[in-house]
Amino acid sequence: MSEELLDLTVAQASERIRSGELAADEYFDAYREAAAGDSLNALLWRADDVGQADLEGTRASRDEVDAERPLAGIPVAVKDIFCTEGVPTTAGSRILEGYRPPYTSTAVRRLRQAGARVLGKANMDEFAMGSSNENSGYGPALNPWDSGRVPGGSSGGSAAAVAGRLAPCAIGTDTGGSIRQPAALCGIVGMKPTYGAVSRYGMIAFASSLDQCGPLARNVTDAALLLRAMEGRDPCDSTSTGIEGGIGLPSREDLEGLSFGVPKELASEAEGIETGVREVFERTVARIEELGGEVAETELPHAPHGISAYYVLAPAEASANLARFDGVRYGLRVDAEELTEMYEETRAKGFGPEVKRRIMLGTYALSSGYYEAYYGRAQRVRTKIAEDFSKAFERFDFVVTPTSPTVAFKLGERTDDPLAMYLSDYCTVPMPLAGIPAISIPAGTAQPEGGGTELPVGFQIAGPAFSDAAMLDTAHALERAIGFSRNGGPN
Amino acid sequence: MSEFEAVIGLEIHVQLSTRTKMFCGCEPSFGDEPNTHTCPVCLGHPGSLPTTNEQAIRYALMIAAALECEVPPRSIFHRKQYFYPDQAKNYQISQYDEPLAVNGRLGDVRIERAHLEEDTAKMIHVGESGRIHGSGASLVDFNRAGTPLVEIVTEPDLRSAQQVRDWAQLLRTTIRQLGVSDVNMEEGSLRVDANVSIRPAGSDRLGTKTELKNMNSFRFLERGIEAELERQRGLVEGGERVVQDTLHFHPEDGSLTPLRSKEYAHDYRYFPEPDLVPVVPTEEMLRGARESLPELPAHRRERYLNEIGLNEEAATMLAFQSEYGEYFERAVAAGDGTPAKSIANWVTGELVATLRQAGAEEDPLASKATPEAVAALAGLVEAKTISHGAGKQVLTRLVEEGGDPAEIVEREGLAQISDTSELEKIVDRAIEAETEAAEQVRQGNEKAIGRLVGAVMKETKGRADGGAVTRLIKERL
Amino acid sequence: MIRGMIEREQVEHVARLARLKLAEEELERMAGELSGILEHVDRISELDLDGVEPTSHVIALENVLRPDEPRPSWSREEMLERAPDPASGSFRVPSPQA
Ligand SMILES: [Mg+2]
Ligand SMILES: [Zn+2]
Repeated sequence: MSEELLDLTVAQASERIRSGELAADEYFDAYREAAAGDSLNALLWRADDVGQADLEGTRASRDEVDAERPLAGIPVAVKDIFCTEGVPTTAGSRILEGYRPPYTSTAVRRLRQAGARVLGKANMDEFAMGSSNENSGYGPALNPWDSGRVPGGSSGGSAAAVAGRLAPCAIGTDTGGSIRQPAALCGIVGMKPTYGAVSRYGMIAFASSLDQCGPLARNVTDAALLLRAMEGRDPCDSTSTGIEGGIGLPSREDLEGLSFGVPKELASEAEGIETGVREVFERTVARIEELGGEVAETELPHAPHGISAYYVLAPAEASANLARFDGVRYGLRVDAEELTEMYEETRAKGFGPEVKRRIMLGTYALSSGYYEAYYGRAQRVRTKIAEDFSKAFERFDFVVTPTSPTVAFKLGERTDDPLAMYLSDYCTVPMPLAGIPAISIPAGTAQPEGGGTELPVGFQIAGPAFSDAAMLDTAHALERAIGFSRNGGPN
Repeated sequence: MSEFEAVIGLEIHVQLSTRTKMFCGCEPSFGDEPNTHTCPVCLGHPGSLPTTNEQAIRYALMIAAALECEVPPRSIFHRKQYFYPDQAKNYQISQYDEPLAVNGRLGDVRIERAHLEEDTAKMIHVGESGRIHGSGASLVDFNRAGTPLVEIVTEPDLRSAQQVRDWAQLLRTTIRQLGVSDVNMEEGSLRVDANVSIRPAGSDRLGTKTELKNMNSFRFLERGIEAELERQRGLVEGGERVVQDTLHFHPEDGSLTPLRSKEYAHDYRYFPEPDLVPVVPTEEMLRGARESLPELPAHRRERYLNEIGLNEEAATMLAFQSEYGEYFERAVAAGDGTPAKSIANWVTGELVATLRQAGAEEDPLASKATPEAVAALAGLVEAKTISHGAGKQVLTRLVEEGGDPAEIVEREGLAQISDTSELEKIVDRAIEAETEAAEQVRQGNEKAIGRLVGAVMKETKGRADGGAVTRLIKERL
Repeated sequence: MIRGMIEREQVEHVARLARLKLAEEELERMAGELSGILEHVDRISELDLDGVEPTSHVIALENVLRPDEPRPSWSREEMLERAPDPASGSFRVPSPQA
């Protein structure tokens, strides 16, 4: 029975809950049990009961499950970067061990208002810095397809929980690929909406001008349901806009009349794309044509510089955003006789190596004498990348690329080479730099370089700013045609 | 040794009296229990975001208008980074290379810029009571953290400590009239730091400057700068060099001590605040700021000089000392046709003197002599109902016990003697009594007439009109 | 002006600015790693970016302002209960070096 429940999509489950066919608490309990057996280290905190899942204010218990609420009774795994009042929130860092925020993030609040329940807090790379989840202060989350491999990152716990059937859906954050890349590596759907679509209030900041909250789900429709509940202008976030017209349920079945550009810099000419990934990508492009879509090569000349710009801008913003973790008002403190010593010891103990590396990088890039050479130039590269996209979108409705150059890699494989790890984001970094939406859908499976069991491959669709609804619709048509199944994947 | 010239520029922080903080909905508070006015935003909790207080922008635009600044089409916020416990985020949201206002002027001092930023928390050192035995500790109170500040930076246009004091008072009056701040130095809603250097008179190169802090009254401001100028002159005359430093003023003994130079030079690592969007003052906002300006001191002074015809001293006093200015304006409004100039003479002359005698010259509006009464008094003198001397007596009564001048005149029998025959008799008696003076007048010594007039005045208790008395004496002699 | 190599002394200086205590071996390793990353980043120095405006905000918004209306503050107890060293209704810190 409970196995069957875990097979339901969010759309199916909420339908049954609304019609009274399925009791919300029964559904929740099925997932609570599954989550309790978490062998992937996907969740850092789990709700013991419904009471805990229904956070303050917006409690929706059994009899209150309101048929009108679109996500009534749906358990959600929430990346541990979202503040949840009274519930531990660590951002994967030891510096926030035991921290319980005094307030709840807008994204979670909106999900709650739509009837969803917080099932657990998902593991992640510390402060969302990483592409493998190995930078978590609480141990890595594992890929449900192969527990010797990474689930991707930074929203690795969210992706692993959804792919590993510990949660029907999850939310994460994407700064340079942190939703799309783990979604690709775990064989699920992950979307980074347009910058500003979902409020960042209560989402622990990594790189504020890039961070965006988005859904991870088993299919495009479920992702749309989550985004629909979360998007909207929030007076607590000056940079939030919501999406005009909202998000409808995707229904498209063909791609007639749509045009797709394949940027050569992120596809045919890109280095480091595995053969298997390339094959799946080309098959998917062919499928777009079969569905009536028009495909042609295009260019994004500055996209190859995305990683460089990103690894200046994001660490620079992060170095300021993480300055508040200082042992004064909350979180870890290492006692010392003198103030500076207290700061330095606290931060040395509380932050992991990757976070330190990025703080150093960002502090250096902003320091006196280097600002123009690094930060200033990176901001201009950002302008050029956005212009490249605008130009491409004059001709094409969407741009498509592989999501990740490789399938899931082995634990430890890239931990000693930060730059190699950074290049995992090669295809996903340009979009947040331009603020545009992008989605990764599972497109097939492929062997890793050097052989082995087949692992999922993601296909990325990016559109102009605020094309989120149309993009979901398009992804839905393609998803149908691909018919990706988890056969051979996690049970 | 050649003469030195002082070169002084000011950095002024003005706390705005908005209802909420700059970037969150907490009410700013002063004097409440510590940390009772905080929230996740002003405590810098993870995930919290700032939101800009519209009223702070409007108040800052009013200050910009009052300082005749240009307002660029767009301004943005930056993060100014340095670690200190009085900053919840370890950066201050401030404005940097795109400030709200630039290139202004107040009086003869140019304003370089005026920008918005957030105030810090308050820290109290509590001595050896830290968690680690024997080490010092401080307590941080975030009630003040995030209060909106306008920082005003002047060009180095000031040349003496006295000028700084006068100008700072003019600035305070100007801003107080806008109603956007309490501008109280003692309470810290107005903080003036000074960049001080000296150079040989006539030179146009700039000397090494020091920054003076913690002068929390106009008197201390003047004293601190005076002391620093003295110190710098001493150094240079002794063949030593001025070292760039920040000096802390101690009000107890007027001394200045260098703040231990920070271990590491400041490197604020400014970059644009990604959590906030640009401020683009709209036509409506700019118009609102202009229209809400009351008459500002500099304009008021011009008007007093040119339209009312006051002398320089009276015009400046009434324009720059807002309490007297308001007193005067209210008296003129109540004056019912009494010439403003004559009211001004009473206010700046006899009223100031009488209040000073009573030890109450700081705030005339608080005295028992109301502006309406002083206007009526000026009217009585102007109409020659009473003499000027009698008017002074009436004013003394007004300051002592308040009341209506006409009643006082009636009660005390101060009305001018208008009966010429009665006055003639008194004059004749005076000429008889003061034979020596009368003889001198006859021989052409005009000055001696004063003694005779004085005698008449004494006799009449000031109720006689001085002009009429003089005329009568001359007729007779 | 851009130089890919970062010296150990610079690493120390930057670590001070960022209030991070780095052990001896961390300093060495960090110098190497940062140099490697910066070498990659330095590729943007080859681009001709004259006259290109910097992007700070991707979405063009302006004048997002909050009305000056107070709302209740959080309770002091609730905020201090999260502090590592609360004392006398305040957040206690070691004194800055005198
Ligand atoms: Mg300032
Ligand atoms: Zn607050």
